[in-house]
Amino acid sequence: MATGSDAGLMGMSRASYLRLLGFFLAPAVIIYSVFSIYPLLATIFSSLYLRQIDGTYVFNGLGNFVTLLTDTTWSVSFWNAMKNNFVFFLIHMGVQNPIGIALAALLSLPQLKFRAAYRTLIFMPTMLSVVIIGFTWQLILSPLWGISKMLLQAVGMGAFFAPLLGQESTALITVSLISVWQFVGIPMILIYTALLAIPDELADAATVDGLTQFQTFFFVKLPLVIPAIGLVSVLTFVNNFNAFDLIYAMKGALAGPNFSSDIMGTLFYRTFFGNQLQLGDASMGSTIATMMFLIILLGVMVYLFVIQRRIQRYSF
Amino acid sequence: MNLRQQASAFAVHAVLLAYTALALAPIILVIMNSFKERKAIFGAPLQLPSPSTFSLIGYDKVFGDSAIASYYINSITVTGGTIFFTLLFGSMAAWALAEYKFRFNTFLAIFLAIGIMVPIRLGSVALIQLIAQLNLINTLTALILVYVAQNIPLAVFILSEFMGQIPKDLREAARCDGLSEYNIFFHIILPLLRPALATVAVFTMIPVWNDLWFPLLLAPARGKQTITLGIQQFLGQYITDWNSVLSALATAIIPVLILYVIFSRQLIRGLTSGAVK
Repeated sequence: MATGSDAGLMGMSRASYLRLLGFFLAPAVIIYSVFSIYPLLATIFSSLYLRQIDGTYVFNGLGNFVTLLTDTTWSVSFWNAMKNNFVFFLIHMGVQNPIGIALAALLSLPQLKFRAAYRTLIFMPTMLSVVIIGFTWQLILSPLWGISKMLLQAVGMGAFFAPLLGQESTALITVSLISVWQFVGIPMILIYTALLAIPDELADAATVDGLTQFQTFFFVKLPLVIPAIGLVSVLTFVNNFNAFDLIYAMKGALAGPNFSSDIMGTLFYRTFFGNQLQLGDASMGSTIATMMFLIILLGVMVYLFVIQRRIQRYSF
Repeated sequence: MNLRQQASAFAVHAVLLAYTALALAPIILVIMNSFKERKAIFGAPLQLPSPSTFSLIGYDKVFGDSAIASYYINSITVTGGTIFFTLLFGSMAAWALAEYKFRFNTFLAIFLAIGIMVPIRLGSVALIQLIAQLNLINTLTALILVYVAQNIPLAVFILSEFMGQIPKDLREAARCDGLSEYNIFFHIILPLLRPALATVAVFTMIPVWNDLWFPLLLAPARGKQTITLGIQQFLGQYITDWNSVLSALATAIIPVLILYVIFSRQLIRGLTSGAVK
């Protein structure tokens, strides 16, 4: 089986070359395969099985997926979580990323003082655990402590105070905005880096042509950072459809009130482990995890084959 | 600088300052109020602690709960172990992929890259069964293994990029001097990788330290909780005791802030060099 490409280097025997490769590659590849790829494949595989009353599993084809999408015991919560997750994602795309781009634009202005200080401080919440952030905002918004009420009254809007996390109509939006507040540093840093990579001559040329700084940003720089915006979007998508910690920390596994803040991650956790309302179910848990996998895969594919390709076509 | 430029510079600073305040205010509010007595927390939440309102009663309760020390030790063990093995195994694999030609080289590189985009969390159902079969439930070993598996893809990716920047002459010279491949890696390449290793270490450290999901699934037992899980449970238990809740939050925030101030330069340099290209 010895082939040219497998031949060792500098007269090393084939056996010792393979030993060398094994030594360097085996630890990483084995740990990664066993604790990351295998569980992923096995989970997808077990979504094809159905748990019987006696605890055994029988092959069920795509039956679990049909149940999840059409049987009202499951489909109502599934579509609810799916809808909420899209709202969660759209709020990140519509609020977090534009703010991140705006902050990056300001930070990349030439001759800005205290640039490093602003960058470091604005990025700070991103460093903290989602659990800590969740509880902190829970306290701030709590009617018991009354800080948010006090602040609203100070600007004459006391009448607008409401238990934002406790109302069905506002819980999801509030939780999404807290997540936006925490993670705005990521688009900011990634876009900022892309903006720094643009040659100064381009901006200078635009200034000579009489464009204002604002116009230079919109018509010269922004089109050039579209690849970074594409990357930020796919990262946002993957993270949002995989989110769990914040909702669990703030609203618990039941994602209340009345499942109004339920997203795929919390639905998966509840289904797999069970809770006050239902028993844990590994088959349906795997099915939901597989759906999440497919959604994330779809997002990554769209990015790789549609967005990135188009960017490459237009960039030169 | 003319008046117009001054005015626009002022506006830029006003916006950045306002956003910085928005980013920091909740954190400052928690730390500030954690040092006050209950009456002052509710009566004047926006005031700094004064000699008459200063109180450490919340911290007494947090540290009186002897478990908090074990949360920290567990988190340090898990994060430290994860960083060590991720760097060691990740750099070894990156070296082999960058340096040696073999039939499955490209396949392995793509195989490892899957893990950058697909969250390992989605395999939790089978993972928990696997960990149970290995008798590793409620052990820190389980967490370290899972986190190493989770972080190796990005580590290999970043380290491979750096590996390419090391001049080829250096390796060839070492080979001519008769050094074994193992010695070349451990004594010549690894020391040169230090800046890249630091970047990967910071990238690995933060998500592992902050993670709630895997500690909740794999090691929730008393005495095995990490700080994030421990604090989450503590907060759930003492939710009505505001002194304790604020102190527990501050206890979790302050060490991360200190580490962040120390490593922020490294981290932001890493983010700005490796992430977009």
